[in-house]
Amino acid sequence: MQCFSGTRRWALKLAAAAFAGTLAFAAPAQAEKPIKIGFSMALTGGLAAAGKAALIAMEIWKDDVNAAGGLLGRQVEFVYYDDQTNPSTVPGIYTKLLTLDNVDLVVSGYATNMIAPAMPIVMSRKMVFMSLFGLAVNEKFNYPNYFQIMPAGPNPLTDWSKGFFDIAAAQNPKPTTVALVGADAEFARNALIGARENAAKAGFKIVYDKTYPPPTADFSPIVRAIQAENPDVVFVASYPPDSAGMVRAINEVGLKTKLLGGGMVGLQFAALMGKLGPSLNGIVNYDFWVPEPTLKFDGVEAFLKKYQEKAPAAGVDPLGYYLPPYAYAYLQVLGDAVKAVGSTDQQKLADYIRSHTHKTVVGDVSFAPNGEWATPRALMVQFQGINDSGLEQFTKAGARVVLWPEQWKSGTLKYPYAQ
Amino acid sequence: MLDLFLNAIAAGILLGGFYAAMTVGLTISFGQLDIVNIAHPAFIVLGSFCTFVLHEHAGLDPLLAGVLLAPAFFCIGIGVYSVYYGSFERRGDESLRGLAFFFGIMFILEVLLIMTFGVDYRLVETSYIGESIKIGVIGLPFRMLVPFLAALAMAGGIYLYLSKTFTGRAILAVAQDRLALQLMGADPVRTKQIAFGIGLGTAAVAGSLLIMLGPVEPSVGRLYIGRIFAIVVLGGMGSIGGTIVAAIILGVVESMVATFYGPSWSPAVAFGFLLMTLAIRPSGLFGR
Amino acid sequence: MRIGWFYPIALLLVLGGAFATKHVDSNFVFYAGYVVLQFIVLATAWNILGGFTGYVNFGTAAFFAVGAYTTIALNKALGLPLLAIMPIAGIIAGLIGLAAGYFTLRLKGVFFSIATLALAVVLETAVANWGYVGGASGSYVIPPAEVPFFDNYIEGLFSLMLLLAVVAVGIARYIALSKIGRGFAAIRDDEVAAECMGVPTLRLKLIATTLSGALMGIAGAPYPFYVTYVEPTSAFSLTYAVNSIAMPLIGGTTTWFGPVIGAVLLGSLQQWATVTISSELNLLIVGVTLVAFVVLAPQGLVGLARKLFGRGGRTP
Repeated sequence: MQCFSGTRRWALKLAAAAFAGTLAFAAPAQAEKPIKIGFSMALTGGLAAAGKAALIAMEIWKDDVNAAGGLLGRQVEFVYYDDQTNPSTVPGIYTKLLTLDNVDLVVSGYATNMIAPAMPIVMSRKMVFMSLFGLAVNEKFNYPNYFQIMPAGPNPLTDWSKGFFDIAAAQNPKPTTVALVGADAEFARNALIGARENAAKAGFKIVYDKTYPPPTADFSPIVRAIQAENPDVVFVASYPPDSAGMVRAINEVGLKTKLLGGGMVGLQFAALMGKLGPSLNGIVNYDFWVPEPTLKFDGVEAFLKKYQEKAPAAGVDPLGYYLPPYAYAYLQVLGDAVKAVGSTDQQKLADYIRSHTHKTVVGDVSFAPNGEWATPRALMVQFQGINDSGLEQFTKAGARVVLWPEQWKSGTLKYPYAQ
Repeated sequence: MLDLFLNAIAAGILLGGFYAAMTVGLTISFGQLDIVNIAHPAFIVLGSFCTFVLHEHAGLDPLLAGVLLAPAFFCIGIGVYSVYYGSFERRGDESLRGLAFFFGIMFILEVLLIMTFGVDYRLVETSYIGESIKIGVIGLPFRMLVPFLAALAMAGGIYLYLSKTFTGRAILAVAQDRLALQLMGADPVRTKQIAFGIGLGTAAVAGSLLIMLGPVEPSVGRLYIGRIFAIVVLGGMGSIGGTIVAAIILGVVESMVATFYGPSWSPAVAFGFLLMTLAIRPSGLFGR
Repeated sequence: MRIGWFYPIALLLVLGGAFATKHVDSNFVFYAGYVVLQFIVLATAWNILGGFTGYVNFGTAAFFAVGAYTTIALNKALGLPLLAIMPIAGIIAGLIGLAAGYFTLRLKGVFFSIATLALAVVLETAVANWGYVGGASGSYVIPPAEVPFFDNYIEGLFSLMLLLAVVAVGIARYIALSKIGRGFAAIRDDEVAAECMGVPTLRLKLIATTLSGALMGIAGAPYPFYVTYVEPTSAFSLTYAVNSIAMPLIGGTTTWFGPVIGAVLLGSLQQWATVTISSELNLLIVGVTLVAFVVLAPQGLVGLARKLFGRGGRTP
């Protein structure tokens, strides 16, 4: 008896607290109150390494904006909660942001799993939703006010690996067979779907198409099974631990193929690049930003300098080329829209973002109707001339040369992939 | 085709050796002492991170670091067992609450690691990682060979200790008959403390092997829980030799499935194997 | 007399909850409340087996995910509404519980625990390879824009979960007070003695695993509508297992209301911590409270209260 009334009392208390909350927020607004931007971010759990790096970048943006006088003359403030890399915390967080914290703007947390659960809530309030590295989230929701900053392109699943297969198809003699291998998880499976399509389009014969589960401790059986099919091209879609395992196994087994790489997550991170060192040479992999002369956009170096000062203390990626510039840029797009529109009117913001090209630290960004980048810019870079495990070499041009798209090309492919 | 087959077997055996290193501590604590230490993989990951620190800042070889860490882990083990004994075993309700206790420890360890090291992946690089030797058509990478040999050495050492020394034999006896042990003049609690300490000591070494194999992040231990418990059961709950054989069987099965059928089914095959064993021959492959 | 008060109060609670959906402005209460209620169901379900009979199930996530994926499959194949799917999810999860119990419950208890752990891995692998429900790349379920009787779907989900929690607790209470419950307790205290006394132990244990699994499955069925995007890693998350074990242990495992207390306390604490502390300390909560309770208060809060008020408490 006691206990059940306890439950009821708890429910009443919650209800009362919520009621009190709404009362408090009904109070008349002050003239100069800050602009609040709300989001969830993975600060613990599996995605936390990226989530924390993103947060640092976002705070740099906030400091930059506030130092320049804020938005609409108001200071910018963040309201954010740790989603623990647990999607079931996300709906609650966004509801709280929108109903109790009364934020003016929302942006997404990091990655597909944490973005999708926020969509119905954001959609029901018709908010502009800037999204950070969601892979084809909007395909199911078709929400017009969704804008995604990862430069995968309007058809993210296929555009992702398009560069890789374009490069393969351009070689002479043209390779004929391709092996596809990837992890049993969200991104890798989706990347493989796209790769399959691109391979078929380019007229390659798929001779191996398998996935492996986490945790796979030893990749050499997989690499040997691939070698047994003797493919000209090997497309790998893997997560950081498996990317490292894969690279090591490939070197140990001595995989003989002509083009290798594609969608290996992790080879963009300083921790892995440094340790894997020379064994990376020759791999052609996707990336979003590398310090090549063709990609020196306005402000990116100043941003990275600030980021690299803060990164060691937080224990996140010390170079920060991969995600942080984009975490800065997605707020830049939103902030510039607020400035241009002159208010936080969500519909006007969405219209502005959709119809303009935005100058950001990751270059000029314009969005397709589905909220993805209008033109794909998932770079294909090749590791070249890596001598040892020093990090320094990755901060200079020439270590990861851009091969694709043509517009950003900064070097030539070393072909075939040599051991 | 024969190349592929032989290599799959070889890779499986090496992988099995690594699994054995991860499992042998649990064979002692779970198999022999009946302590369901579900936090064992979390301690292994702790070992990996300590190895990483010693390797990065003192330049120690990972395996050497693991061996040096083992005594410290042994002491932690004695402490953990003392709490466990005082709170559960003495009261005679170790099964339910004891399990929950280790579940909690596992979570706490994970979070402490995240708070100290962040969540980035860590890995080590030594001169022999990346090299391999060739015997005929079979290639044996040192990255797998070193853990395999270390596991064999460790398991062999423990086997000798258990069968040749007084304390070792007391450990084997404590699970069977406490009273007889007391009559022999050995303190069962002290004996179990030492045994549990040894179990955790192996986690330090296994941790150094884990980080040698590939990148480690704080919560990776969870992914191994099922596998290593399966090996203890398959190995017949407490037999060191059985553990090694079971680990190697599991390694070979996984490697064969990965090579010839498709790697994504390998855990299901391994666990299906375990479920079948439980249903048909519950005492494990080498049960007493 | 003892039966007398439970059902009216339960009814009041459900009606009160449904009423609240009309009168509370912030949906945050319902999102947070949904998770807490879901944990009441999971903790109660776990306790029917774990607390009453003493068999530890590590595979809560497996049963939960079976429910979630039943929803995804049936919603995709037949377009069935959630209410029609839930009983089916319960039946499937219950059958899996029955099978797991049938194969392992004749063995020592710990084998059952390991088998449930293995079951979670096998099922996760199977789902990850089952393309129809999205496989490892996950699957979207778009919640309906309009729900009858409610302003939006979360209020509907909240009320549904509230009803489910009341039903689950009602079942646990019925068991605890009935002959079955005494049979369970006999198994927990001394299975061999119970068997000798003529208690049909295997049959009782199978009832417990089936019922427990079924309730977990039903609790998982609405999950896709709650998160809208389901992939195996999060559906099979170890968090479910940890929480469903920690909550009964904090409340007290031998009674039907212990898990409820534990779930309400720990569940609300986690929800509160998510939006306040928001740091690694958050994750420490489950671990530290769990360890503190099993070491310091082995009979849970219920045991502590009994000790304090001296109502025939069992001394440890």
